[in-house]
Amino acid sequence: MINELFRWDWFFDHLPDIWELTLEHLRLTAIAVVIGFAISFPLGVLAYRHRRTYGPITAVTGILYTIPSLALFMMLGPVTGTLSVTTAEIGLVSYTLLIIIRNTVAGFRGVPEDVKEAARGMGYTARQSLWKVELPLAVPAIVAGVRIATVTTIGLVTVTSLIGHGGLGIYILQGLSRLDSTLTLTGAVLSMFLAVSADRILVIVERRSTPWAQTRARAS
Amino acid sequence: MADVMISLKNVSKRFEGTSGAAVEDLSLDISKGETVVLVGPSGCGKTTTMKMINRLVEPTSGSITVDGTDVLHQDPVQLRRGIGYVIQSIGLMPHRNIADNIGMVPRLIGWDNARIKERINELVEIFQLETEMLSRYPSELSGGQRQRVGVARALAADPPVMLMDEPFAAVDPIVRERLQDQFLEIQARLRKTIVFVTHDIDEAVKLADRIAILNVGGVIEQYATPEEILREPANDFVRSFVGRERGLKRLALIKVADIETELGPLVAPQVPTSRAIAEMDGYGLDWVSIVDDGELLGWIDRATAERSTTVDPAEARPFSAYVTAESSLREALEAIATSRTQVAVVVTKGQRYRGILTLERISKEIIS
Repeated sequence: MINELFRWDWFFDHLPDIWELTLEHLRLTAIAVVIGFAISFPLGVLAYRHRRTYGPITAVTGILYTIPSLALFMMLGPVTGTLSVTTAEIGLVSYTLLIIIRNTVAGFRGVPEDVKEAARGMGYTARQSLWKVELPLAVPAIVAGVRIATVTTIGLVTVTSLIGHGGLGIYILQGLSRLDSTLTLTGAVLSMFLAVSADRILVIVERRSTPWAQTRARAS
Repeated sequence: MADVMISLKNVSKRFEGTSGAAVEDLSLDISKGETVVLVGPSGCGKTTTMKMINRLVEPTSGSITVDGTDVLHQDPVQLRRGIGYVIQSIGLMPHRNIADNIGMVPRLIGWDNARIKERINELVEIFQLETEMLSRYPSELSGGQRQRVGVARALAADPPVMLMDEPFAAVDPIVRERLQDQFLEIQARLRKTIVFVTHDIDEAVKLADRIAILNVGGVIEQYATPEEILREPANDFVRSFVGRERGLKRLALIKVADIETELGPLVAPQVPTSRAIAEMDGYGLDWVSIVDDGELLGWIDRATAERSTTVDPAEARPFSAYVTAESSLREALEAIATSRTQVAVVVTKGQRYRGILTLERISKEIIS
């Protein structure tokens, strides 16, 4: 039995569990991306408005980004509890920061100078220009950052199975320890499916929020 | 001289980290309803000078007033909302449709939607934009259309003063000429006070009531009407900047109505041809105009006149080119150069005969 690559009967017998873990996977991802965005966006705006803060902000988040995920979970253990959701989320959030901040800053810096000058020349305050002119034009790059962060997080969630979470990652881990390819494949394929779906959905969100960019794409 | 609308007094600007001043001790008065063109080579400080008026560039010293108010003691944001501003790259908001782009300043200063809509419709009419364009995005428009929208947007809140920084430089020459013509038409109606920056002396000559020619460091070499600058350049710098063909350029500024025309050889229809031949001889020409009670019917040549006994209007040939009293001498010169008769016939409305212009007459204007 175990030598069979994929046991469909196991899969169909466990559909309710699989559904449950898929939801947990999505929940872990959503919380991480939402919190990550809530931290990164203001920092991105700050780094854009005050160039001097860009270096320190990207240095700190860059270091977080380079810590191996497993090591980070272990380091947080004594503080937030080795098996707690908090530990898992802190780890996941910290990997989204650099991606979203960099893309946010790049989006704002990509706003054409003439558009900013025209806004200023017409009497927009710096604040009005930032929110009404620069932000809408930075949206595609910011959403692109959120897309990469989301796809990365969906993959990383599987690693949190090592500290007792992990959503579909649990199946990957169990499959590996029991040398059961059915479990590993279920976890891996569904996780990939989630990543691709989330990416597609965010592309649609980006298109909806930037109708002006779509007409340009059509025109050219 | 009419009321002064914009006044710069001893204005200087030094940018940090540069040695010389971009603009040094510049003084300039601009009258209400006047188009003043700042022209000069790159680095002459013309754009810097213009941008100090709406404080996109802060002067290092000196004073600037607009309509009697000291702008340096005014909130720059409020100041800019009251001054129309057009830049070379236009800077339309790519994420807003054309209607929203035009309505930007009115919305900033708190007009209600109905009033903004009404104003947009007015501007659509003034600039002859297509109504269906209003719901499109800037990227869907041609360069010329975008340029017109840019100027319409600057005029949206009906500011008395407009600053225009090389607004027509980025479009091709044919479109540019059409935009310039439209600019002149609209300005003739609205009489805004306009400060216009360009590096193109021909554009300056065409659009300006007065031209300020700037040299490096914001030094005004001459500030006068285009006609005066072309007729009497103040110094060698102006002479070389204005370039060759000064006389020709000046002809474009003088209207046929401004100079005296000769009566020219003419006869009434049905008179004996001997009269027609005598008329030709009197002018030393080989043709004569046929004018019936003030209306120009055409012309006949000597051979035709010698064949018959009376002047037959049915034999009159039309002139290939006319000029009107509103034409420029440059246009008259072209008519002369391309006509078989070597003169330009001047008519007023309804083919009323007014006289003729010859090459000698026009060259007298160039020399004077």
